[in-house]
Amino acid sequence: MTTAQKTIEDLANREYKYGFFTDVEADTVAPGLDEDVIRLISAKKEEPEWLLEWRLKAYRAWLGMTEPTWHNVHYPPIDYQAISYYSAPKKKPVLNSLDEVDPEVRSTFAKLGIPLEEQKLLAGVAVDAVFDSVSVATTFRVKLASLGIIFCSFSEAVREHPDLVREYLGSVVPYSDNFFAALNAAVFSDGSFAYIPKGVRCPMELSTYFRINAMNTGQFERTLIVAAEGASVSYLEGCTAPMRDENQLHAAVVELVAMDDATIKYSTIQNWYPGDKDGKGGIYNFVTKRGKCQGRNSKITWTQVETGSAITWKYPSCLLIGDNSVGEFYSVATTNGRQQADTGTKMIHIGRNTKSTIVSKGISAGHGQNTYRGLVRVGKKAQGARNYSQCDSLLIGDKCGAHTFPYLDIKNTSAKVEHEASTSKIGEDQIFYCRQRGLSTEDAVNLIVSGFCKEVFRELPMEFAVEAQKLLSVSLEGSVG
Amino acid sequence: MLEITDLKVQAAGNEILHGLNLSVKAGEVHAIMGPNGSGKSTLARALSGHPEYQVTAGAVRYLGEDLLAMAPEDRARAGVFMAFQYPVEIAGVNNSYFLKAALNALRKHRGEPELDAMEFMTLVREKAKLLELDASMLNRPVNEGFSGGEKKRNEIFHMAVLEPKLAILDETDSGLDIDALKIVAHGVNALRSPDRAIIVVTHYQRLLNYIVPDFVHVLSDGRIVKSGGKELALELEDKGYGWLEGEPTGAKA
Repeated sequence: MTTAQKTIEDLANREYKYGFFTDVEADTVAPGLDEDVIRLISAKKEEPEWLLEWRLKAYRAWLGMTEPTWHNVHYPPIDYQAISYYSAPKKKPVLNSLDEVDPEVRSTFAKLGIPLEEQKLLAGVAVDAVFDSVSVATTFRVKLASLGIIFCSFSEAVREHPDLVREYLGSVVPYSDNFFAALNAAVFSDGSFAYIPKGVRCPMELSTYFRINAMNTGQFERTLIVAAEGASVSYLEGCTAPMRDENQLHAAVVELVAMDDATIKYSTIQNWYPGDKDGKGGIYNFVTKRGKCQGRNSKITWTQVETGSAITWKYPSCLLIGDNSVGEFYSVATTNGRQQADTGTKMIHIGRNTKSTIVSKGISAGHGQNTYRGLVRVGKKAQGARNYSQCDSLLIGDKCGAHTFPYLDIKNTSAKVEHEASTSKIGEDQIFYCRQRGLSTEDAVNLIVSGFCKEVFRELPMEFAVEAQKLLSVSLEGSVG
Repeated sequence: MLEITDLKVQAAGNEILHGLNLSVKAGEVHAIMGPNGSGKSTLARALSGHPEYQVTAGAVRYLGEDLLAMAPEDRARAGVFMAFQYPVEIAGVNNSYFLKAALNALRKHRGEPELDAMEFMTLVREKAKLLELDASMLNRPVNEGFSGGEKKRNEIFHMAVLEPKLAILDETDSGLDIDALKIVAHGVNALRSPDRAIIVVTHYQRLLNYIVPDFVHVLSDGRIVKSGGKELALELEDKGYGWLEGEPTGAKA
């Protein structure tokens, strides 16, 4: 068997070794969805009447919608009445110290460079009295509040800042936007809210705190970030640590709003359970992410590294409304085993001299199927719009697939739109070249993959980039003998 | 250092080397010449462990060890280096980053401490000067967008940094203009040393004006048909390869 074939076989047979040990003792409602369930969710969360109405409108819209089938992913029908839509997790540590955690899991944490206290939270170990998410939250909050930045859970925002939430909720992704977004609007559990006031540059990456906070947000997350005039913020979502979840279906919504001269950088690392080697039990990740460049000279950048989930369905998009606004999308999506990803972006040019950049890197291994789907639309009034798209696919082995579906819809003749695409294979000759210089096959594959992803990694905030690189090599670890 | 006995090699099911014998000692430079299709590159690739070349018979001892039993990376770590005829491009991977990973893999194997970025850069700058490499070539992705000549020069640069015990140059002169050829030859000559052996695989005598070999072997139809000193190369230049065909086989250095 040649090296490449062996690599493929091993990649295909690689199992997701790392799991969670959290015993969730939860306050859960019976499976099923109707208006009463939505009223119950809203009541449990002590929400105002307007929010309940919004949820109900979303639910009614959802009833009239059908699940999309245009995507290039395949999965058995989801029984939406078999899902429980409310679960308030009460985490109960089952382990007393990190010593009791599987050494393999610990070594993964160490390789990924996850701080000790976070490791405990992730592994479900009881945390010290000195350190819990509440006290961390408080420390961060005080610092941020001194600048007027609001950063809290979505539920809390509904209680403390109802006017802001009411103004922006659904303003980018309306409740009737699509099947999964409507479902989310009806039943969303929690999520994050950030508001950066006029002229304030958020002094820290909104990351660690979120990472911990996100543990409890459940399967229908909702995030809303608003950067007022001249504000800027960099937001990190997700975690390189493997996330296993009882809930198979995830349908999150993220809305971003950038006013005049505001900048939002939203980075994601997603490493959810991809299922076993036959793809069983993996997470279905149907996400709607959209940013609105409302103001002049505003800028929204989406950067994502997607390595997990059985199914990834997400198209972080930008509505470029303000003149001179800029939208960017940088993505690395890997599919391995039986994973399927249909991901890309939509850049909607509405304002004058709006610019967008799309750099998509798909890596397929094993039986993985990787689809890039992107839309560039230039409206009639978008004089001087420019887009550059680059979609590259890397294949490891010959049982995987890469697909590219670029859609262009140009209504203004002054627009400049460029699209470049490439598909390459990690070749025997590349691997042999590296081995002839003394590198192992595994190191060779890692090197080639990280070179391929470089343009995306350099868009990630520094520490996240390091984690992402490690994540890719950890996920390829053991792939060759 | 290297003892090849009755080596038979096939690629894609065809036997290309039909029983080759060659002995190389430390400090020597051997030139392997021969017409196209004679098996010169096959020899180079078989010695470096290329997966598409299967050894079906014979033995290769390298520093007393069974070279054929070693994986390509283990051969490299034991000091075997091949300068590729067609160097491979690796997009997005910085040339000096690549070389640092390679050098440290070798050092680790030898039980030496890995070089840090500063130490490595000092070493690399010195070696780059030897090959008159432009500094930008260090920071460009491995071989990507390099001209043919740059790729070949980069191979010898890798050799200079990795300091092998046995270097095999597979048609390093092909695609080089005379200036580049001189630079490459100068680099190779600077790397000649009493404890290093070099095998130069080439079609033309031209390179051997600059890298003067101790021995010249002529390969024809998978066997060494004639061996001699550096004069043999000149003779070949005059008469071509035709006069050697039909010579007795199995000549030994």
